[in-house]
Amino acid sequence: MTEQQTWITVGQRSDLIDGAGVGAQVALFYLKKHNQLFAVGNLCPFNDLNIIARGIIGDIKGEPVVASPLHKEHFSLLDGHCLEQPEVRLPVWQVRLEGNVLQVMRPATQATSTSF
Amino acid sequence: MNKLNLVVIGNGMVGHHFLEQLAASPNAHAFQVTVIGEENYCAYDRVHLSEYFQGKSSDELALGSAKQYKDWGFKLHLGVKATAIEPCSRKVQLDDGTELSYDKLILATGSYPFVPPIEGSTLEHCFTYRTLTDLDAICSSAKTANTGVVIGGGLLGLEAAKALCDLDLDTFVVEHSPRLMNAQIDQEGGELLQEKIEALGVQVLTQRAALRVTEGLGARLCVEFADGKKLETDLIVFSAGIRPRDELPRAAGLLLGERGGVAVDNHCQSSDPQILAIGEAAAWNNCCFGLVAPGYQMAKVALANLIGEELAFTGADMSTKLKLLGVDVGAIGDTQGNQNVGTKIYRYLDQISQHYRKMVVSADGQRLLGAILVGDNSYYDTLMQYYRNGLDLPVHPESLILPSQSGSSPLLGMAALPDSAIICSCHNVSKGDIVDCLQGGCASVAEVIELSRASTGCGGCSSQLKSLVEQQMAAMGMAVSSALCEHFAYTRQELEHMIRTENILNFNQLLERHGQGMGCDICKPTAANIFASVQNDFVLSADHLGLQDTNDAFLANMQKDGTYSVMPRIAGGEITPEMLILLGKVARDFGLYSKITGGQRIDLFGAELSQLPAIWQRLIEAGFETGQAYGKSVRTVKSCVGSAWCRYGVQDSVRLAIDLENRYKGIRAPHKLKFAVSGCTRECAEAQSKDFGVIATEKGWNLYVAGNGGMRPRHADLFAKDLDTDSLIRTIDRIMIFYIRTAGRLERTARWLESLEGGLEYLRKVILHDSLGLNADLDQQMAHLVASYQCEWQTTLNNPESLKRFRQTINSVGDDPQLLYVSERGQKRPANAQERAQQIPLVSV
Ligand code: SRM
Ligand SMILES: Cc1cc2nc3c(=O)[nH]c(=O)nc-3n(C[C@H](O)[C@H](O)[C@H](O)COP(=O)(O)OP(=O)(O)OC[C@H]3O[C@@H](n4cnc5c(N)ncnc54)[C@H](O)[C@@H]3O)c2cc1C
Ligand code: SF4
Ligand code: FES
Repeated sequence: MTEQQTWITVGQRSDLIDGAGVGAQVALFYLKKHNQLFAVGNLCPFNDLNIIARGIIGDIKGEPVVASPLHKEHFSLLDGHCLEQPEVRLPVWQVRLEGNVLQVMRPATQATSTSF
Repeated sequence: MNKLNLVVIGNGMVGHHFLEQLAASPNAHAFQVTVIGEENYCAYDRVHLSEYFQGKSSDELALGSAKQYKDWGFKLHLGVKATAIEPCSRKVQLDDGTELSYDKLILATGSYPFVPPIEGSTLEHCFTYRTLTDLDAICSSAKTANTGVVIGGGLLGLEAAKALCDLDLDTFVVEHSPRLMNAQIDQEGGELLQEKIEALGVQVLTQRAALRVTEGLGARLCVEFADGKKLETDLIVFSAGIRPRDELPRAAGLLLGERGGVAVDNHCQSSDPQILAIGEAAAWNNCCFGLVAPGYQMAKVALANLIGEELAFTGADMSTKLKLLGVDVGAIGDTQGNQNVGTKIYRYLDQISQHYRKMVVSADGQRLLGAILVGDNSYYDTLMQYYRNGLDLPVHPESLILPSQSGSSPLLGMAALPDSAIICSCHNVSKGDIVDCLQGGCASVAEVIELSRASTGCGGCSSQLKSLVEQQMAAMGMAVSSALCEHFAYTRQELEHMIRTENILNFNQLLERHGQGMGCDICKPTAANIFASVQNDFVLSADHLGLQDTNDAFLANMQKDGTYSVMPRIAGGEITPEMLILLGKVARDFGLYSKITGGQRIDLFGAELSQLPAIWQRLIEAGFETGQAYGKSVRTVKSCVGSAWCRYGVQDSVRLAIDLENRYKGIRAPHKLKFAVSGCTRECAEAQSKDFGVIATEKGWNLYVAGNGGMRPRHADLFAKDLDTDSLIRTIDRIMIFYIRTAGRLERTARWLESLEGGLEYLRKVILHDSLGLNADLDQQMAHLVASYQCEWQTTLNNPESLKRFRQTINSVGDDPQLLYVSERGQKRPANAQERAQQIPLVSV
């Protein structure tokens, strides 16, 4: 059984904030310098709150990560796994900009970062 | 080639250490090894057993594993007990019916806890404290218990008491001698220790001999004492000392020590040449050693013996440094001064701070023979070095135990130690060994530990090891890593200096010039904080927004349910009735939980991200400003009512508090800053527990600095007396900027001052006498910060770009469906897990 694969529009390019996150059904992270967009689930699996978009992003040994804002667990932006507890994962979404329209598609199992 | 058949009985700490050494030795292949362990676990760290109660798992305590033994090619039988040894036929009988032959036998059977022969000691809910199985049993009994009694007030008894406290039991310690830790410390030390332990809520009964245990009336058990008194309790832990486990060699007719244990010679050999004994089961010179370090030493000696190398056991030092129930206790060498002739004593007793220190020195006053510490173990390492290495005492030996006067700490420099000085006695690692590690290529404390194993035993030497390694590395011209994180090889202080002097304006510039990678949740907030205390730009500007920590990022404190609290400034704690009413109305209109804080202001909880702008709009219109409760910044200036109303007040503390708060509001620093002002020496504002405390005098103000509440409270130090208001403010200005420039990441003023070389005296010189010629510069930075203050909420409301972030999602304006509340005492609070599971309906808010 495969999920329906369609692109869902969630916002506009102007909704994105360089170097920080914004929330939709997913948490979207934008890195202008690297021309990269990431999309992972916004629901933090450790406390069931929709807060991942409010975390700080960065990298740990080269792997791009977001730190959950409440207790700072780190999740890979590439495949969603938690660095402190690898069996815990965020769902990852495919994400793209069609012109100025921001779209996501689920589920992606691997690299969701889009360079454009 | 015929292998030598080696059997080891006992798989505890020392037995395991022996096997580890054997496996690593080039002679390992000459032995066929079989190990018998009665416990179901492979050897584990008994020394840190109590950490099991603080959440350490049996896996984390494990020293070895079945897999490791397999890799070594050793046969390991766990859960099997040896029941007899037959030296003549060289056989061992096991309780599963098997019989093993050996060429060489090692006894590493350790000790068992001694339970005094009293009636009822085997009743249910009576325990000992030695194995993981004991701890599991205590845990499960404690689930249905309210009180616990430990019989025995020695070292292990106090550890057991800590465990019972951790299990939330009302805890009693019963000791039959007149003081605690009879074996290690003296009467004064014991009394002080007792006071400190009682202050922690553990009740200590000394000079009480338990006679019998019976069933209790109000509790499960009852301890009856020789004096007729009774103590009811739900569980009992016996910790009345240990005895060597020598039942097998005893039955086999081997020679024993006077007080038990297998008698061994300097090569750990027993009276039967084929049998060796090591660890707590062995008696050397009629003495059994109840510590792990001598056991490890014996393990090395026994191995040398087996492979024909020359190594002798020549006794061991029983000095210990412990934290018992959070109280530091140290005992070195001849603590009572009765093992040497003509000893002399230095004593220091401070009943206010509850510190006791004693030195036992040789008749000529030249050598340290023993010492006792209660309350502060920071003196231990230095004393231990004098003791262990027989160093000549300094001209004023008393300086080694007197409280360090600022600037003249008596710490013994590592450079003064001979290379032979033992740093880690558990693993017998000397200063010379550590220098060798560094010369051989180790470049960090971690690498030295990995190679030398220093500090992996009892852990008592870890602080000394760290400072030795760092000092040696510095002396060898190697860089000591104090990197903030993997992206910056600098400390916060260094980054502050670069940002300020190179006028770096944003994180990308900083990363390009001095860092690598993308940054992380450590360096980004640190940099944001430095930018704020140097430039003081708007924290949510495009350059800085992505750097801010959870709370700064949305100018509010995130709560456990992901909502926020709203805390306006209420300078000095003074508020008009109108403003109070307005706060009430806003809370009511937005359905916020309201509470008076410990900082003399009002906190409104449960605001959703998307509600924050509207709430602040209302507050700002009414004249409130942000309270910066979210920043590592100046928080509140608490005040007492002072001379305006109070019959004792000598100065207007409220006015000064408001002025100080308005001057410093919003200033970001390495950590938060708190102030208080009291109107007279009665000190109702608790100023001496604050980063900056001010107390009114007849002539002006006394300034106190570096106080702290929180996790490790610190009483503030008096910095200057009778200042007029202008000098007071100038002095605070300078100290604050000096702190901002020189403190570490998240280091509050208390820890900063403690680690500032030269301490309070040095700070006085810098600030009051301008010894670094910095003051004009400090004044200028403060003037900039004061002039560039902005209410961050006002700026945000004026700025549509900033407001965009205050939406739960970018594609809806709706609220977060994940939130659930229940009503309690007339207000809302987040539903707990159970309530969420039952989906208790939303309180309408
Ligand atoms: C609201 C308040 C409790 C209350 O209901 O009374 C509070 C609440 C928090 N405190 Fe506090 N502290 C509050 C007064 C205090 C006090 C008392 C005081 O200021 O007089 C102390 C001890 C004094 C001191 O700081 O030395 C105090 C010592 C701490 C500490 C320990 C700091 C330390 O040096 O060990 C932390 C942890 C930290 O900052 O790292 C902390 C951290 C926190 C945090 C920020 C924890 C967090 O990260 O979520 C809490 C969230 C605040 C919020 O959501 O608004 N809070 N906290 C008080 C707010 C005061 C205010 O009006 O600004
Ligand atoms: C709570 C606690 C805290 C401690 N804290 C410290 C400290 O801070 N510093 C310090 O230096 N020391 C401390 N110790 C002491 C330290 O744990 C011991 O010195 C060390 O474990 C001794 O090692 P061992 O191998 O001789 O004995 P053990 O570790 O006791 O090992 C002996 C093993 O042999 C097994 N055994 C015995 N008889 C047989 C048999 N017939 N057949 C099969 N197996 C058998 C036992 O079940 C046991 O597993 C502490 C001990 C405890 C209990
Ligand atoms: S004491 Fe702990 S729980 Fe209470 S407010 Fe402070 S940080 Fe929160
Ligand atoms: S002295 Fe025990 S670990 Fe070093």
